[in-house]
Amino acid sequence: MMSMNGLFLDLAQIFQYQFMQHAFEAGTIVAIVAGIVGYFVVLRRSSFAAHALSHIGFAGAAGAVLVGASPVYGLLAFTSLGGVGMAALGQRAEHRDVQIGTVLAFMLGLGVLFISLYTGYATEAYSILFGQILGISITDVLVTLSISIVILFAIAVVYRPLLFASLDEDVAEAKGMPMLIIGVIFMLLVAVATSIAVQVVGVLLIFSLMVTPAATAQRLAKRPAHAIAISVAISLAATWLGLLLAFYEPYPVSFFITSLVFAFYLFVRFAYPRINPSKVQKAESVELKLAGQSKDTHHDKTDERTDKTEEHNIED
Amino acid sequence: MMNASKSADHSILTQSEVVKAQKVVAGYGEKVLWQDANFTINRGQFVAVIGPNGAGKTTLFRLLLGLQQPISGTIEILGAQPTRGNQKVGYVPQRHVIDTETNVECLELVRLAISGNRWGFSLSSQNERKQARDAMEAVGASELAHRPLSALSGGELQRIFLAEALVSNPEILLLDEPLSNLDIRRAKELVGLVNSVVRSRNVTAFLVAHDINPLLPFLDSVIYIAYGKVATGKPREVLTSEQLTALYGVPVEVMRDSKGNVAIIGNEDYCGNFCKDE
Repeated sequence: MMSMNGLFLDLAQIFQYQFMQHAFEAGTIVAIVAGIVGYFVVLRRSSFAAHALSHIGFAGAAGAVLVGASPVYGLLAFTSLGGVGMAALGQRAEHRDVQIGTVLAFMLGLGVLFISLYTGYATEAYSILFGQILGISITDVLVTLSISIVILFAIAVVYRPLLFASLDEDVAEAKGMPMLIIGVIFMLLVAVATSIAVQVVGVLLIFSLMVTPAATAQRLAKRPAHAIAISVAISLAATWLGLLLAFYEPYPVSFFITSLVFAFYLFVRFAYPRINPSKVQKAESVELKLAGQSKDTHHDKTDERTDKTEEHNIED
Repeated sequence: MMNASKSADHSILTQSEVVKAQKVVAGYGEKVLWQDANFTINRGQFVAVIGPNGAGKTTLFRLLLGLQQPISGTIEILGAQPTRGNQKVGYVPQRHVIDTETNVECLELVRLAISGNRWGFSLSSQNERKQARDAMEAVGASELAHRPLSALSGGELQRIFLAEALVSNPEILLLDEPLSNLDIRRAKELVGLVNSVVRSRNVTAFLVAHDINPLLPFLDSVIYIAYGKVATGKPREVLTSEQLTALYGVPVEVMRDSKGNVAIIGNEDYCGNFCKDE
């Protein structure tokens, strides 16, 4: 009881500070959106594309700072353009690592130029790269909220087609689903979600909210709706705990958030299967591996599968 | 009403015919894969599509799915031009194996094949789940409903894909190399399953395969695509040395062993670039 009382007292004390209030508000909104969008990022194996989008956003954010605007507008503009560009190049463009990486590096370079041209505080660059949740203004909170409502609405509309297209692209295409449009909508969702998440964890640490919670959740639930709920719960828990810890300890919030999601991930990846082995079914693909030497045209895919299976077995 | 009777008049299909090709030339752009294909497939038939890699077997499917248009000639499916998204056509693409990390249960995939093309948010209805369960039961995969896709063997995956294709009650099934990752026993099991679906639901199934032998006991027709041409008919009639040699103009030999197994031997270099994978 004592400790519960203590916690409530602490919370009351924390919320006396307006910057902590804003941080909790923005953090909560971002955690929910990132947890949901992240599930599709993981399902579609587009985490590198998401990572790249945040770097493309860095140039936008730095450019916005240079012209005296709020970084979030630059982020939105650049990531949306980048996202639509990637989607328009075709469904599999999300997986063109080399091309995406090339553009990513160029955009980072551009960001560096903008930062060096900017004569104001050097901390701007730092906060774009690593987040600035404790310095968030009420305007930023409101912008984040409005953007998130749009994202959530859009997800509700595209939920089933996006899920189906992500799981089974070929059949979805044959069923006449508009794959290009779905791809563009998905990348736009990632772009916008990334833009608001950068405020919390920064460009460089975007994985911790957009990928890690969803990847952890996917190991725990086999139904998309459940996995999404778990993903949101993890990113919420990490954000809230991270903010609490950062209030007392003199270390950055993003460090705590990234560490917490990483700890969750490690636990679920390694400790959880031992505690609850029935829940985690490993690929028992011996049969498939034996039959893997098929002579069809999909050599590389079959090989990839075989490699991954071996990796699994070693871990077992 | 006017439109309906008009399109019926224009259809080149008779009642029992579900697919008809007339002088079809198929390929990509200028590149012709095969030409002068004339064939008719009737309702409720089990049809094998065989031929060397790159000969254009998948292209035939793409034509039937409306994903690609013939360079010339007409092809009709269920009395109309093929269109993308025809609910009466169930399709199992040549697979890519599902990723080992895709931890999504099978029932979810089969269910999405019913409502995955609908916009707007909705949690799965009881009705949808029942439909999905029925489709899984029809392929003997009920016990796989809650297994993650990543944990399935090749044979189990093909059953789920078949359920996914069957869930919308199609009249035509297009199965692209479902046997390619299976050992002989599982291949035979799957062929038996497809055959029972064909007979019990009066569905017409097209199955692309490398090896015709596991299919032979069940087949009504065979479509043999090679050397830029398409041969169709009953397996016994089409798969003879004389027929194939006459059709393709190159020596093709069909050999049969004592158990009735067939081996088709020809000079496959003839089809040039397309055969490089074989």
